[in-house]
Amino acid sequence: MAKAVVLGSLLSVGLAGALVALAAQAAGGSYVVPGSQAATLDSCVEQTDFMRRNHMEVIKHQRDETVHNGIRSTKHSLAGCVECHASGDPAGGVVPVDRKGQFCQACHAFAAVGMNCFDCHATVPSQGEQGQGSPSRSPLAASPRGAGVAFTGQRSGEGYPQ
Amino acid sequence: MKRIVYREWQLAPQRYWGLLAILAAVAGLGGLAFAYMEHEGHWVTGMTNHVVWGTPHIFAVFLIVAASGALNVASIASVFGKTLYKPLARLSGLLAVALLMGGLLVLVLDLGRPERLIVAMTHYNFRSIFAWNIFLYTGFMVIVIGYLWTMAERKGNVYTKQVGFVAFVWRLLLTTGTGSIFGFLVARQAYDTAVLAPLFIAMSFAFGLAIFMLVVMFAYTQDGRPLGNALLLRLRNLLAVFVGGVLLILLAYLLTKLYGARHYDLVSFYLLSGGSYTLAFWLGWILIGSLAPLGIFAHPVLGQDRTWLAAAAGMVIVGGFAAMYVLIIGGQAFPMPLFPGQTVVESGFLDGQVAPYAPSIPEVLLGLGGVAVALLITAVGVRVLQFLPESLDDRVVDPHLAAAAEPA
Amino acid sequence: MTEARDTIDRNRRAFLGAAAGLAVAPGVLLHTVAGAAPRSAPVTSDVRWGLLIDTAKCADGCTACVTACDEENGLNLQVKPEGQSEAKWAQQRSVWIRKAKLQDNQTGRITNLPLMCQHCERPPCVDVCPTGASFKRADGIVMVDRHTCIGCRYCMMACPYKARSFIHEKVTAQLTRAPRGKGCVESCNLCVHRRDNGQESTACVDACAREGHQAILFGDLKDPASHISQMLTAIASRQIREDLALNTGVRYSNI
Repeated sequence: MAKAVVLGSLLSVGLAGALVALAAQAAGGSYVVPGSQAATLDSCVEQTDFMRRNHMEVIKHQRDETVHNGIRSTKHSLAGCVECHASGDPAGGVVPVDRKGQFCQACHAFAAVGMNCFDCHATVPSQGEQGQGSPSRSPLAASPRGAGVAFTGQRSGEGYPQ
Repeated sequence: MKRIVYREWQLAPQRYWGLLAILAAVAGLGGLAFAYMEHEGHWVTGMTNHVVWGTPHIFAVFLIVAASGALNVASIASVFGKTLYKPLARLSGLLAVALLMGGLLVLVLDLGRPERLIVAMTHYNFRSIFAWNIFLYTGFMVIVIGYLWTMAERKGNVYTKQVGFVAFVWRLLLTTGTGSIFGFLVARQAYDTAVLAPLFIAMSFAFGLAIFMLVVMFAYTQDGRPLGNALLLRLRNLLAVFVGGVLLILLAYLLTKLYGARHYDLVSFYLLSGGSYTLAFWLGWILIGSLAPLGIFAHPVLGQDRTWLAAAAGMVIVGGFAAMYVLIIGGQAFPMPLFPGQTVVESGFLDGQVAPYAPSIPEVLLGLGGVAVALLITAVGVRVLQFLPESLDDRVVDPHLAAAAEPA
Repeated sequence: MTEARDTIDRNRRAFLGAAAGLAVAPGVLLHTVAGAAPRSAPVTSDVRWGLLIDTAKCADGCTACVTACDEENGLNLQVKPEGQSEAKWAQQRSVWIRKAKLQDNQTGRITNLPLMCQHCERPPCVDVCPTGASFKRADGIVMVDRHTCIGCRYCMMACPYKARSFIHEKVTAQLTRAPRGKGCVESCNLCVHRRDNGQESTACVDACAREGHQAILFGDLKDPASHISQMLTAIASRQIREDLALNTGVRYSNI
């Protein structure tokens, strides 16, 4: 029975992945939220297409490495996702990534895939928290986001080294 | 001996659907309670960081233990070859599976992350008696369902004895495992003893048989089928032995704890100063759950009276819940022996104090929902399949009477 | 491979310093904390983290370590659910470290001490966990993998120190360094994020030192040269519930 369930969930994950990829193609490109750090970069930590399909595997692998082996140096941490994909609001604050219409939530809602990460994980960047678990990018104070950050538009990750 | 004819339960439709509706409503309330607890989190229950297992676990452990005991009649029939019990062996197997399902459902729905049940089925830590129990429970269901098949299908009849034997051994392992969930806990004074395993086995015999007797009596009276005294009185005697067995092992448990000075306080908590736990122990477990039924069983008149027998079986069940309350909740409420020879004057975490616990309505509803599911499975089972012998008249079931009745 | 890993670990600081330089990707600034870098090699059993608590220095009425722990791990961000009574909330909110004040039944001597997960070498909570979510890291830290914890609470039944808490309600505010949410069990993890980022001590140790008590000492129990090892050699110390022979990583002196 367990096997069937595992198979079923694998299948649904695969389908969801395909759906996401299709949706992205149909819409012709980017879904990063304007005003997020991601909007200023050419690509995600891996090629964008790869990330669209496999980000859950990447995060899951990293999660086991971090929890059991204490490895926090890699670029694949969930904290990194949040750091980069959270956008600013006009008031100068940060919009949580699981808020409606934000990067994580919008796509997961579209693909109708549950998102359990944020039951436990913080939805806003660490704001320079001490001892924060990822090689954090520049603290927010140093690079205020939101208005004024250009939306580059080129997201397909062409030519980005794997 | 006459051939036993099995027939579906033929309760009048209105009555039958009415019964199902009531059970479904209780089960539904349990479902709502689960949804509420799952949505809000466990703060809406009486459970805390001090009493981490609460009312759902009373129900779950009771049902799981009773499930094993419900198989008594089938075991006696096929393993020990007592033909008197054979007609009811099928019902015994059905009830065992149903009670186990009800109990497991409560246990699973009380998890902090019930949606991660798949994790529990794909990640195992085999040092954990809990992980072992997952196999013991699922294995029990598979074996008993196979056992039912060998009894119901004529081609399978030849295997009944062997499969019955496997089921018998398995149920003993299952209850040993359930008792060991507590017995292996070195941390708490109330647990940490191997005697909990046999205590749970004895409790399973008693509680399971008590439920079985009630179900048989109810099914046969509602249906107007003949139910003779020969079988009923044998079950009564058996139940008396089991209740006595529980008392004996309970005595061994208390004496084990009482022998070393370091457990004096625990025994005095249970027997004298434990408030609701002491009350549940003496009034619930000992008086209502053990001595009163034993008195009824032994009484020359009352011991023959169906109503009194049913009441006594019900009292054993009440006593069973009291026993679970005392062992599970009381065992946790009693403070841990962190600092022997010292008194905790102040603590930020109730160290050295009896932890308070008050059951909440959702917890109780969830537990009752499990009972309802177990009975629902049973009610549907006996209605659609041939579980119940058409007659349990003395002349049908008792080989001696049957032989006497048939003119040679 | 193991040998190489061991060497790496022994010279971890030096190695990480160099690796950090290499790891800085273009356009990404490395946010450094006190000159330390995030860990890039798996933890090994060459170290075993532990605490030594001098109860003689633990001040009556001081709860600096408790407050610091709450702030470090975001436990103070969890709010009492609406409609919950204060008494019940006190029994349901997460407590990773608590203060206890003891009085000897014979002599009347008073002892104050903080109590948290004792990071046993053979932890009962790890033995009983059905899914393996409760585990001991190679470096001796006993913790919960919240990704596989199903919330059965059997570990809480098994812990001889009542060191674990269950999250009874939805948590909406978390710190990045300490993810936590409803339905899982949690406990002191010796500030594992600090370990992985190469920081010196734990929040409780720092707070205690800040108060001027210095009752808690943190360090590597396997390194004979560490301060904690030397103190443990020099003075008498005890484990709580020594009878269980769990070989705890948290030791107490003057108890």
